[in-house]
Amino acid sequence: MATHPSATTNVHTTKKKKKAKVKWSNLYTFSCLRPPPPLNQSDFGHPGFSRVVFCNNPGAHKTKPYKYPINEVSTTKYNVITFLPKSLFEQFRRVANLYFLLVAVLSVTSLAPFTPLSLIAPLVFVVGISMLKEGVEDWHRFLQDLEVNSRKVKVHIGNGSFVDRSWKVLRVGDVVKVNKNEYFPCDLLLLSSSYEDGVCYVETMNLDGETNLKIKRCLECTLGFDEEVKFDKFEAKIRCEDPNSSLYTFVANLEFGDKDKDVDVDDNKLVSSYPLSPSQLLLRDSKLQNTDYVYGVAVFTGVDTKVVRNSMKSPSKRSRVEKKMDHVIYVLFFMLLLISLITSIGSARYTDKKQTAKEWWYLQLLEDTDGSFDPDKPLISGFLQFLRALILYGYLIPISLYVSIEVVKFLQAMLINNDLHMFDETSGKSVEARTSNLNEELGQVEMILSDKTGTLTCNQMEFRKCSIEGISYGGDVNKIVRAASQRMNIDIESYRFNLDTEDSTPRDSIEMHEICHDEINEVKNSVLDDAKSMRDVGSSSIKGFNFRDERLMNKMWVHGSNVWDMMMFFRVMALCHTGIPVENGEEIGSHKPKYEAESPEEVTFLIAAQEFGFQFYKRTQSSMFVKEIDSSTMEVEREYKLLNLLEFSSSRKRMSVIVRDEVGQIFLFCKGADNIIFDRLGDSGRTYQHATTIHLANYAEDGLRTMVFAYRKVKDLEYEEWSSTFAKAKATIGPEREELLENVSEIIEKDLVLLGAVAVDDKLQDGVAECIDKLAQAGLKIWLLTGDKKETAVNIGFACSLLRHDMKQFHLSLSREAESKNQLKAMKDEILDQIEASYQVTINEKTKDDPFALVVDGKALEIALRNDIRDQFLQLAVNCSSVICCRVSPKQKALITRLVKKFTGKMTLAIGDGANDVGMIQAADIGVGISGMEGMQAVMASDFSMPQFRFLERLLIVHGHWCYKRISKMILYFVYKNIVFGLTLFYYELYSKFSGDVLYDGWYMLMFNLFLTSLPVISLGVLEQDVSSDICLQFPALYQQGQKGILFSWKRIFGWMGNGILTSVVIFILNVNILSSSAFREGGEVIDISHLGVITYTVVIWTLNCQIALIITHFTWIQHIFIWGSILCWYIFLLFYGALPPVYSNREYKLLVEAVGPAPMYWIVTLLVVVVSLLPYFIYMVIQRSFYPLDDHVIQEMKYGRKVVVDDEMWLKEEESSRKPTHIGFSARVDGKILYLKDQLYKKRMFIIKSISNSPIRRSITINPLENRD
Amino acid sequence: MDQKNKTSKKPKNSKFSQQELPAWKPILTPGWVITSFITIGVLFIPTGLLALSASDNVVEIVDRYDEGCIPDSYSQKAESYIQNPNQNKTCVRTLRVPKKMVAPIFVYYQLEKFYQNHRRFVKSKSDKQLRDADAQDDTHNCFPEDYTADNKPIVPCGLIAWSLFNDTYKLSARGKAINIDKKGIAWKSDMEAKFGSNVYPKNFQKGTLIGGGKLDERIPLSEQEDLIVWMRTAALPTFRKLYGKINTDLESHETITAEVENNYNTYKFGGRKKLVLSTTTWIGGKNDFLGIAYISVGGLCLFIAINFILLYVFRPRRLGDPSYLSWNRQPIV
Repeated sequence: MATHPSATTNVHTTKKKKKAKVKWSNLYTFSCLRPPPPLNQSDFGHPGFSRVVFCNNPGAHKTKPYKYPINEVSTTKYNVITFLPKSLFEQFRRVANLYFLLVAVLSVTSLAPFTPLSLIAPLVFVVGISMLKEGVEDWHRFLQDLEVNSRKVKVHIGNGSFVDRSWKVLRVGDVVKVNKNEYFPCDLLLLSSSYEDGVCYVETMNLDGETNLKIKRCLECTLGFDEEVKFDKFEAKIRCEDPNSSLYTFVANLEFGDKDKDVDVDDNKLVSSYPLSPSQLLLRDSKLQNTDYVYGVAVFTGVDTKVVRNSMKSPSKRSRVEKKMDHVIYVLFFMLLLISLITSIGSARYTDKKQTAKEWWYLQLLEDTDGSFDPDKPLISGFLQFLRALILYGYLIPISLYVSIEVVKFLQAMLINNDLHMFDETSGKSVEARTSNLNEELGQVEMILSDKTGTLTCNQMEFRKCSIEGISYGGDVNKIVRAASQRMNIDIESYRFNLDTEDSTPRDSIEMHEICHDEINEVKNSVLDDAKSMRDVGSSSIKGFNFRDERLMNKMWVHGSNVWDMMMFFRVMALCHTGIPVENGEEIGSHKPKYEAESPEEVTFLIAAQEFGFQFYKRTQSSMFVKEIDSSTMEVEREYKLLNLLEFSSSRKRMSVIVRDEVGQIFLFCKGADNIIFDRLGDSGRTYQHATTIHLANYAEDGLRTMVFAYRKVKDLEYEEWSSTFAKAKATIGPEREELLENVSEIIEKDLVLLGAVAVDDKLQDGVAECIDKLAQAGLKIWLLTGDKKETAVNIGFACSLLRHDMKQFHLSLSREAESKNQLKAMKDEILDQIEASYQVTINEKTKDDPFALVVDGKALEIALRNDIRDQFLQLAVNCSSVICCRVSPKQKALITRLVKKFTGKMTLAIGDGANDVGMIQAADIGVGISGMEGMQAVMASDFSMPQFRFLERLLIVHGHWCYKRISKMILYFVYKNIVFGLTLFYYELYSKFSGDVLYDGWYMLMFNLFLTSLPVISLGVLEQDVSSDICLQFPALYQQGQKGILFSWKRIFGWMGNGILTSVVIFILNVNILSSSAFREGGEVIDISHLGVITYTVVIWTLNCQIALIITHFTWIQHIFIWGSILCWYIFLLFYGALPPVYSNREYKLLVEAVGPAPMYWIVTLLVVVVSLLPYFIYMVIQRSFYPLDDHVIQEMKYGRKVVVDDEMWLKEEESSRKPTHIGFSARVDGKILYLKDQLYKKRMFIIKSISNSPIRRSITINPLENRD
Repeated sequence: MDQKNKTSKKPKNSKFSQQELPAWKPILTPGWVITSFITIGVLFIPTGLLALSASDNVVEIVDRYDEGCIPDSYSQKAESYIQNPNQNKTCVRTLRVPKKMVAPIFVYYQLEKFYQNHRRFVKSKSDKQLRDADAQDDTHNCFPEDYTADNKPIVPCGLIAWSLFNDTYKLSARGKAINIDKKGIAWKSDMEAKFGSNVYPKNFQKGTLIGGGKLDERIPLSEQEDLIVWMRTAALPTFRKLYGKINTDLESHETITAEVENNYNTYKFGGRKKLVLSTTTWIGGKNDFLGIAYISVGGLCLFIAINFILLYVFRPRRLGDPSYLSWNRQPIV
């Protein structure tokens, strides 16, 4: 360190900004950049450590041993050549498709009962559509890759000049320059940065989801290379480990000719080797921040980069309904095999020479040559017949179902994409179904696993409230308390007053009466609106500062009583941080600087301090400069000498600065978590502790992140003494350094004087609270998985009502001893103990209806998810109303998702916005990505993308519900439809000696799925609505139909299969019996095959279309046209077909006009058979609706039935009670609060009554008259 | 430009895309239920009665003659009897007219257990050959009745034509012959479009095996109505085919003598042969099943309707009764 000139003296002409001169390394006490462990040099060159990188000499990597992949990254599944074979293979992995392939192959043989075209065309269509979809999706991935690969970065091309090159041509060994706010193109070794001491700040959101910046620092030996021209001479060699996926390790050595002292003395360089550590490695997909530029050399490129190695191939997901559909198809296959077998056995029996073959002289079977009716080989004939039957009854396996489902889902997705209610005006984006095959899954979700930052929150901090000297500023009371008290009609302020000050006289005039329901809603809405409008106002003014209080704003605070403490409070705010002011580039002429700091909270404090009149405007190596407001409202500039900075760490949970002011007084300013600071207060510093505690509790319940400010005046002598100890500790090297430093810090951080507290709002996205509320009412569980620290996560838990104060919270975390010992067994035992203790509590107190919450720390989670205690942990987690996991890595997120899915068997939905959520999004049944934020990885991996979290409500409760109903109904109907049609073909075999003759014309068969029955099904699948969208939202309970899966249960499936069999039997038996041998027309004509075929077919078409009309409950003109049009279409088809010359129309020539049309019998049979075949279902429907109505039936009746029934009060009451009792969500918290308040009031009242009844006065009043009477 | 892009991303606000098309949402109320059942009942019972009465008006005489036309001496070897070409196979049947039969009276032959719908049989013909005089060699589906032993194409080829029914009937009443009109028994479209007027039978029934009837080689196929009727393959193993029409009324209780030439071999497969004389009405021939089916379905629906009325009277469920909602029912369960 001594080798570097101090920042104040070193003036580079190229660097203009002051902040670049700051050397962070001098300020920090606890360096996260500890010297790397000594490396065993012999490792290099051996397997696993064989990589050699010639820095600044990419040409050396052109030949074999050092040839590494270029930086092009491809996420596509196929390329031009592999697309066809690979995607075909994918397609024919479906059993049904394989069957249809077999059928198609057989259809070109003589076995085919109908034209090959009618069998091959649908297969080509189905497979073609699916392949096209795959292709388009892959094309999008390709475009995305193209965009990433062609991003530009400055690359050194020799002679010290840098030019823009696209990412993909980057090679190992290239020296690149990355500017502020740019992503690193590959894994780089940091050489130097715009900072003097070679540090840079990196945002790793995309890697691990952590929002705070990480410091990376280069080796001292490369520090000098901080200008473009200097790279002309740069030469070094890196030996490092082979590419791997571990984000937090990097084992390497830099061999570098040390030219530090004499740059220009050539070639006599002393090559020495420096160990490298992860802190020199800049990972691809992380972003440079707060640093103007860095130079680095590419170490891993393309597929070798750690982030690419971490990424998973996106799995193809299939919905549960579709998986179940596969089983339905198996059942149908079984049916198919059964009837084919019957047919083949029957045929073989009749063909057998020994049996009856001879007798049928008119068939001349003995002369047969084609083998299908060979009396000598009945078994072979039977087998051929079997194959033929497989094709013939193929209508049982609904190939068109796959086509229809694809089409329907595509249209459903289109409707989802086009929903205006899910359009975000600000980002101009709307919800997008990126894969359409999961639509119906949306209606069955039971668990939501949500990311925090960027998903629930905007990743934007706002200064909201503060408590100074025991007085709370900046805001009204807690909105939950307000909603609760408004519902109870009590005066909040007085009530709060009562609770806060126990000795005040209780008000006994409080009246409690329930107000009617719409009023409640009004209140609720107004509260929510209020919250919203507050936000709007906040965002329009100063970013990060949403605070209004006349007492503090506009320098009004100087008129307060204790100005000194007030000023100290603001000084802590302005000085106790790691931020730096930067010129405000955007608003020219603005005198207010912008701030950059390690955490967004600090920025918020600095902005707030500035608003209160304490503008921190300049930082040098040793001083901080603040423009302050004096007690006389004059602005003065003050300089504070920064003596020490005691850094924040997760174990210390506090941060201090020691400064000397212009007068020479030494102050220690400290901020930190409340309990930590309270422990270190001096006796004289506790004046405001009681009031502050109450305020802190209120803030926390509002979900605000709180921090306590304190200060201490340090005597010179004491400081000198401490300073030397501290310096000694700081100089120590070794593992005990940190502990030593902490101990030393503790010596001075004591006897503090409490000043107050601040509350910062981690701004929730619009409508998140309401959305969570609704989702909870619909019976969804929400887990929060975040990479952020526990405190933040818990705060957000409160802010979005996942946590509440009357909840029992279980915290799973490792104690420090266990963590430091790092013994697996001990850690496991510790976690297991915690789990079991908590589990006991949940079991014992289950009846009490107390909600539980589980907060798990990342380390603890790692232990808890180990195989042997995983089940206990998940059991506990499932028992809790809300679960919050913090500090989880992307891999853990994915792991939790997978485990929860497996353990509970419930449908999970994961929602997140960053690359760190990709694993989780892919692992969940449904992955949702938040678009609109930067970074597309989550969206790319997701199944649905949305600009705002709040759209989840509508997506699930409305679209999910609808899609689930639609798809279920559609599949069931399809199964029914194909059974009806397929079985009539089978029954006819019973009448034709199993010879395999077809009752219907080939064209009828082709038309069946193509035109005559397809469109109504599609209209059912796309447009059906049991109830309208607003009712879906009003009655979240309807959503539970999907969660319980009642619409696609086996009971229903078999019911519909049974109905199909019944219908087919009815149709066939009636037709055959009515149209038996006697004439069917007045002209004496009798029926032949074509007549029976056309009549039966007519009946089938009518029945199927009327059946769907019975299923549909929502008829727009489209449904009408499709249903009745299909029937009409049949007659039109018949007319045209019959009009063709007999060469084409064969048996069907003039069938309708000449034969069946004029016969009254045709029409009268149609009517009878259609009615009879629909009767069983109709009766079932009537009985179900009359006696066992489902929720949607009753609600339909309430809504659309007679007007008299729609009674507002009842409607609202049911709306209210349809909500699932829940422990989370805003409404639940309000309810909880009301319960609590009522309890309190009751206690108070009892107390009053007691005290009054016991008071001597009352006694005298009540007793005396009696005595007098006596 | 940017502005344009932004607006184009916004979904269209149409009733369709927002799924807000005006819709009819029928609800199955008790009213609907009872109305629909009663409607079916009210519609079906009269229809059934009409159909039944129509069927009742049909006079039908059915005479099974396959057994009776075999002389007793041949009863055990009917096949050899029927296959003997030198045997005189004429047999006389007496029919009684139960009710007055008004012309036109249709004469049918009815075969049972004859599988005209067998795939092999159905396929065994050549439509093209029947239609087109130049296509006499188009016999690819007709094996084994495609070519004669000396390799001449058979017209009409195939098993269907080959097995042409060849029993003949002569009817007489009170000694006077009743004329059976053999014209106009086939579908007009068949005669016009499917059987060529310039196609003449050739080499028919000249093979080693004689199947059924022979054809007059001087008459074009389009006028061979017996053949045309036969070639319309029946859908079911029991079928009737038109033999001819009688254009005079037959009086009630009249006795008709039918002189049957019993040529067709149904004995091999145990099929029956029947001679049928029948009048028709608007529903065609005799068909009690249709009427009965209509009446019973109508009756069933009325019965259900009454039951529902009773149910709604005694145990009504109020429309939209919230107590049936799952969340209100749960505590009870």
